[in-house]
Amino acid sequence: MMTIIKPGLFSTIQDLGRYGYQKYGVVVSGAMDSLSFRIANLLVGNEENTPVIEMTIVGPSIQFHKDSLIAICGGDLSPSIDGLPVSMGRPIFVKKDSTLQFGKCKNGARAYLAVSGGIVTPFVMGSASTYVRGQLGGVMGRVLQSGDQLTIGYLNELSKKIREYVHTKASENWFVPFLKTIHPIVRLLQGREFDLFTDASKSLLINEPFTITAEADRMGYRLSGPKLMQKEHTEMLSAAVTIGTIQVTPDGSPIILLADRQTTGGYPKIAQVISIDLPLLAQMKPMDQVRFQMITLEEAQVLFRKTEKYIATIKRAIELKFR
Amino acid sequence: MDLQFYPLGDQAVILELGKIINPTIHKHVQLVSKYLEEYPPDWIIEFTPAFTTVTVFYNPTVLFYEEVCQELSHLLSNISWDEREKYRIIEIPVCYGGEFGPDLINVAKINNLTIDEVIHIHTSREYIVYMIGFAPGFPYLGGMSEKIAAPRKETPRLKIPARSVGIAGMQTGIYPIETPGGWQIIGRTPVDLFLPSNEVPSLLRAGDRVRFTPISLEQYKEMEQTRS
Repeated sequence: MMTIIKPGLFSTIQDLGRYGYQKYGVVVSGAMDSLSFRIANLLVGNEENTPVIEMTIVGPSIQFHKDSLIAICGGDLSPSIDGLPVSMGRPIFVKKDSTLQFGKCKNGARAYLAVSGGIVTPFVMGSASTYVRGQLGGVMGRVLQSGDQLTIGYLNELSKKIREYVHTKASENWFVPFLKTIHPIVRLLQGREFDLFTDASKSLLINEPFTITAEADRMGYRLSGPKLMQKEHTEMLSAAVTIGTIQVTPDGSPIILLADRQTTGGYPKIAQVISIDLPLLAQMKPMDQVRFQMITLEEAQVLFRKTEKYIATIKRAIELKFR
Repeated sequence: MDLQFYPLGDQAVILELGKIINPTIHKHVQLVSKYLEEYPPDWIIEFTPAFTTVTVFYNPTVLFYEEVCQELSHLLSNISWDEREKYRIIEIPVCYGGEFGPDLINVAKINNLTIDEVIHIHTSREYIVYMIGFAPGFPYLGGMSEKIAAPRKETPRLKIPARSVGIAGMQTGIYPIETPGGWQIIGRTPVDLFLPSNEVPSLLRAGDRVRFTPISLEQYKEMEQTRS
């Protein structure tokens, strides 16, 4: 069991999301930075898709009521336990009655707290992910609040071994390196309506920086920068959109759709962020600048497979180290 | 059959079956959906039907885009496109006007009709559910009479109660959950459209036909009390 002492800015329970219900208009949700989410779970011996806490810019304070094993991945929100700073990207033993706190946001925007055994919440349509606008999943479909009591699940054999190891060899310093997010270049694929835009707009998209505006949340980021104009106004029929779709509203500003996007949209899709660069975006916040680069679908899918291999390697390395 | 494939990022493909909204293209979209539901290939994660498209989500560690297109072309060659369409007809009771439909008078005025005429026209048609999207369980309905068309409100309301029935331009629709919106609200149904604890979480599915039936405030209250 753990108790939320302070909830932070926007902390929710997330897993990889709610799949299979988009045809009924049900939003997918899930961790914004799915890479950090998966690695945090692997580090504590969990299955990759175990529910965790996603926190945003200001992290929560959490008291643990029993000895626990945790890992924090993603943005650096200055985690500490009972006042002592703790490392990210590695399993950490937390003694009963200690309090985990977060401080200054030094890097990135979102951190993931995985607890071995996972956070136990009722599944809604096959997922624990919180969708606040639809009041679905997580703790009563809302952000975490002070006083919330979260139940921790049973530890599997691997988790027990990691906990034992970390508890006895706490000084050993190893970690999984996490992504750096200073002025990243986000790679794109051409969207379905790319050719409806003027040549000038197409080249502005890849040659000019864009700034993330204050309208940036789990649903999507509105960008400011050069206006992207269509050659002529075209009425679009609503169709499916997905995470990373870049739509352009009639005033010429691009919006990148993210985890809590609607299932369908009717604005022209100029581009699509490649899947493996979505974690970079998840770690960006308002006022951050982003630059884009265009690659091909073949390249994106080869990179996708490489990233999956990298995650599989981390998984295997953890299993071997603690076997 | 004129099929086009377009990528939607590196994990989905848009299968386009036409360029305009009409019942024939809709039927083809439904036939594809039905086929994928009955014979789901193991590499498909899920699919989303829309007006003229079916978007299929897949895992690119299993198949590359070109392979997905080939697989889909092969699967779709099994579909007989002239098959007769089977669909469900769903009746949606609506309490029109009053507190539930503050814009009903407005819609009547715009079209030089009486309130009763608007209700009569709205309830005399069968509407096609072209797709579900925008919000959980929200149906895009086709087939409304242009006699009761009305522009969106200049200032959208911050909160439209769940289960409100509205008109926007040539469209009519029902809000499954409370949302902001600019539609002209003409009534409310006691029936839930979004059912998050059900296996199929939406009352309506793409392909259904909808009929609105007028009910009194008393009937509304009775039905609202007995809803699950």
